[in-house]
Amino acid sequence: MNESIIKPENLVYRRTPVLTDNVMHYCPGCGHGTIHRLIAEVIEEMGIQEQTIGVAPVGCSVLAYNYLDVDIQEAAHGRAPALATGIKRLKPDFFVFSYQGDGDLAAIGTAETIHACNRGENITMIFVNNGIYGMTGGQMAPTTLEGMKTSTSPYGRDIKMMGNPLKITELLAQLPGTIYVTRQAVYKPALVRKCKTAIRKAFENQRLNKGTSFVEVVSNCNSGWKLPPVEANKWLEENMLPMYPLGDIKDVK
Amino acid sequence: MAKGTIVIDTEKCKGCAVCTTGCPANVIALSKKVNSKGYNYLEMQNDACIGCANCAILCPDGVITVYREK
Repeated sequence: MNESIIKPENLVYRRTPVLTDNVMHYCPGCGHGTIHRLIAEVIEEMGIQEQTIGVAPVGCSVLAYNYLDVDIQEAAHGRAPALATGIKRLKPDFFVFSYQGDGDLAAIGTAETIHACNRGENITMIFVNNGIYGMTGGQMAPTTLEGMKTSTSPYGRDIKMMGNPLKITELLAQLPGTIYVTRQAVYKPALVRKCKTAIRKAFENQRLNKGTSFVEVVSNCNSGWKLPPVEANKWLEENMLPMYPLGDIKDVK
Repeated sequence: MAKGTIVIDTEKCKGCAVCTTGCPANVIALSKKVNSKGYNYLEMQNDACIGCANCAILCPDGVITVYREK
């Protein structure tokens, strides 16, 4: 290692101060950490740390307040969009975002999600989709792929018996209240950069006051999928992405 | 080629190795040694780093700081 390069003027990347120094409790390689960092970097770049309020879900990221150094309110399971609605209406000058997993946003909170988007609440919603209930032990979620093995579908998801995987992001794009709906991923450097641009745009949209911005991030769950982190990312690319293709689904100019 | 280097917070590294998939210069790999939590932490293997910051951008735990010679 070349020690002489380590000088303040040569710094090109450091951990953003909007993240606290706490060690994240997430499993090694979990996408939550990367997504937290991207949100923190966007908040830092926009200079809105004091004007941002997050709403955390129930799931692994229930402890997001330990890592993001902004005001965060904890919501009941699935109710983050309802809570974010209340906060944004009381404090319209603040940047309000909800951060939810697929079990929270697309299962128990489907009603809140759809109605908040349909009302066109001026909030940013971050949706982390890993196709499984990670925290509770890898049960089948609405987004679980066909044939995917989970602890409650040990022989694979059978469409006839358990229904189809839910593409809630496409569904929300149909609603008139949403202005920006996109799907991103964070397992490759280029995709991380794209995802950050999308999150930035979703936050900037709150200045326009035109409707809901929704960013889905297809992520991994190494423990739930029972794969090492690098292999989990390969599995994600080969199996999740054909079902959940990346890119903007709706972008109202 | 610009010269760079990284500083790794080895105590916070969880040894997931996701960062190694993004390195274009094959500079980083997991160490045989472990930190206090028992994770094989990330280590620089050579001086070929170009300071592209791909590893730091991929790191879920934000343990990598990147420097590049101007």
